[in-house]
Amino acid sequence: MADRLLPMTVFIIRRLLQSVLVLAIMTVIVFAGVYAIGNPIDILISPDATQAERERAIADLGLDQPWYVQYWVFLGNLLQGDLGRSFVFNEPAIQLLLQRMPATLELAAAAMLISLVIGIPLGMWAGLRPHGIAGKTIMSGSILGFSLPNFWQGMMLIMIFAVILGWLPSGGRGELGSFMGIESSLFSLDGWSHLILPATNLALFKTSLVIRLTRASIQETINLDYVKFARAKGLSPRRVIFVHVLKNIMIPLVTIIGLELGSVIAFAVVTETVFAWPGMGKLIIDSIFVLDRPVIVAYLIIIVMMFITINLVVDILYSILDPRVRLADIKA
Amino acid sequence: MSKRLSRIALGAVAATFMAAPALAEDLVIGLASEPTSIDPHFHNLGPNNAFGRHIYDRLINQGSNQELLPGLAESWFVTDDPTVWQFNLRQGVTWHDGEPFTAEDVAFTFERAPNVPNSPSGYGIYLAQITDVTIVDDYTIQVRTADPYPLMPNDLSTVAIVSAHAGAGATTSDYNSGEAAIGTGAYRFVEYVPGDRIVVEANPDHWGGAPEWDTVTFRPLTSAPARVAALLSGDVDLIAGVPTADIPQLADNPDVVLSQGVSNRVIYFHIDSSRDVTPMVTAKDGSEIPNPFLDVNVRRAISMAIDREAIVDEVMEGIAIPAGQLLPEGFFGVSENIEVPEYDPEGARALLAEAGHPDGFRVVLHGPNDRYINDAAIVQAVAQMLTRVGLDTEVDTMPRSVFFGRATGNEETGSEFSLMLVGWGSGTGEASSPLKSLIATRDRARGFGASNRGRFSDAEIDGLIEEALRTVDDDARAALLARATELAMERVAIIPTHFQVNTWATRPGLAYIPRTDEYTMAENVVRSE
Repeated sequence: MADRLLPMTVFIIRRLLQSVLVLAIMTVIVFAGVYAIGNPIDILISPDATQAERERAIADLGLDQPWYVQYWVFLGNLLQGDLGRSFVFNEPAIQLLLQRMPATLELAAAAMLISLVIGIPLGMWAGLRPHGIAGKTIMSGSILGFSLPNFWQGMMLIMIFAVILGWLPSGGRGELGSFMGIESSLFSLDGWSHLILPATNLALFKTSLVIRLTRASIQETINLDYVKFARAKGLSPRRVIFVHVLKNIMIPLVTIIGLELGSVIAFAVVTETVFAWPGMGKLIIDSIFVLDRPVIVAYLIIIVMMFITINLVVDILYSILDPRVRLADIKA
Repeated sequence: MSKRLSRIALGAVAATFMAAPALAEDLVIGLASEPTSIDPHFHNLGPNNAFGRHIYDRLINQGSNQELLPGLAESWFVTDDPTVWQFNLRQGVTWHDGEPFTAEDVAFTFERAPNVPNSPSGYGIYLAQITDVTIVDDYTIQVRTADPYPLMPNDLSTVAIVSAHAGAGATTSDYNSGEAAIGTGAYRFVEYVPGDRIVVEANPDHWGGAPEWDTVTFRPLTSAPARVAALLSGDVDLIAGVPTADIPQLADNPDVVLSQGVSNRVIYFHIDSSRDVTPMVTAKDGSEIPNPFLDVNVRRAISMAIDREAIVDEVMEGIAIPAGQLLPEGFFGVSENIEVPEYDPEGARALLAEAGHPDGFRVVLHGPNDRYINDAAIVQAVAQMLTRVGLDTEVDTMPRSVFFGRATGNEETGSEFSLMLVGWGSGTGEASSPLKSLIATRDRARGFGASNRGRFSDAEIDGLIEEALRTVDDDARAALLARATELAMERVAIIPTHFQVNTWATRPGLAYIPRTDEYTMAENVVRSE
């Protein structure tokens, strides 16, 4: 056991040290970048304000200092666990993000769930019967999923299901249900009725991706020797596909799903805006418009850390799914 | 033209509907932009001010046309000492938690409003004139200014009165959580979920009578098509900021009622009239030339070259009003002698030639592309019109986060631009606001010319504005403001193009009484059957 645990620990520590470096570089870039775009006060202040009021506001928010001084102050606070206060909301940036995070996470989880539940079976079907009508239809359909613009597709979903049919609400988050102390719209019917459209919108692209990936992996695996051997041994087709083939195609799937989960969380901006979903994506886009730097920086720190964690988990899952892969060999 | 007038008349029709007897009902409003705080003194911003008025009253309220109405003060006047204003407060008013409202609360508000920590835009500017506050008795309060100051009621109509007992030591977070969000307004605070909704409920004990709606839910729907869809699907009863491109279609839809009204916002161009060389003007071959805009005739030629009717009809789809001055007619201090400048390309060419530019010059026009209705398209249209009178033009529009910083520039060198599109809404609802901020000579000490990006300067106009700001008599002040406006337009301090017209849409059975301050408020929603 120890011969597996030690390299894993070394691997994780090395990864964490690298992440700190990535975070440091990222914050410097964001600080300098936002500073170069403009002064948030020019957008936030009332046009009625006098010069004296303008100077008061700039000094109050610490924007009268050069950017490297502001960065130094930020670093000092960061070491005490303080990511700064939003210029716009006057609330701690981290609190604003954590407030919105559950909404984004449940949207991402629902979208990933939809894309897996629909994508893997369809992809398998298309992979096993590539020349059938169903297989071809699935593959052509997946092109649509790739190419429709997210924004337009969201508007169409709203037009069809909310405006014309009137089955589902056009946006917003709905009632939260409570389950084991966790509040989420996943636990209430009203919550699901609000969640289903944005989750579908977010899932369409991922579904297509999963379909294509599953199909390609199936076709690659199905002709390998071990599958032929399993068949020759007289195993039932069901067992060959669902145990032996499926387990092997999970490796590329896990990698892609892991990375895609990250991007679903980080970049649900368009979907959240169209469906007025109160998640982090909507907050970050609003914050960028008004150069609310503390929120932008805090958001990026969270997202970078999330990607680092997901990558780490994916690598560890790798070594579990495929015993031939050893963490020590993965170049971090 | 007639198409436009009939549309604008819609708003007037909606305004004539009378509120039906109160029927208990809930209202859901889709807002175009979200208030950033429940603290009424944290951020001086349109959406915050509009929302705040539901929970908090002011001493003096503003009606739909920004006329001053008694609020928590029943009456107000200048005492025998011209530097002292007296406000007689309404008696028997209670806070949402049952405590009585007194002059102590007003004094507390004047203390708190300018001093909210980390405020990105404070309310101190409306209280800066006050040198001393005296509580005469529980229901009488006097404020003293250094000089006679006629705009005190206008200024105080922007400051929300908060309670001393709940507000003492309260932070912005305490207001956001609802703990300190105790007002005297027609609605009580219920819930604030940032990004999703703000809910208020009727305050049956309001001094103005119980309000029309049981609960009002504000939902920020920042994407315009999504906002329209939310109305069409019945998820919301009212939306603000209907996009102009959708208006013709919605007007034909029997399930939608449109309400339109002109706003206090003028869209105009600042024109650099102070620097010897202006950064965005060169000769046609790119070589440096002296700033042509220093010559009033060149500025006038630019104004004459702009076809305001075409901007309104083509770019704004008929939903705007051509402008020749700072505020639309009907506002205090507007001049009746100013016509909308006539479109006259030939005259503009002649004036340019006379001023020594027969071959024109090259100018880059700037503007934001996400701030005003169709802003980038307006800049492009104007650039084409200037091309028609012989100038070489280039257009550079950008997001407001970049634009406003560059347009203001720094104190010494001034704006980075030479000819730029901006808008101005008069928060006080009268002409001194744009005159003082856009046209008066920049003067840091007095807070004049804070947004005078063209650095226009004219001693005669400055004198008139200063005199107006000292003149307590309303008629005399209105005349002074009108005269200052006439001179400013004659000398082309800025080039107005049009007044924005705002559009709200409601479900059938409701209508919205349009507000010139562009605010979206529950009390302006009326039943139309």
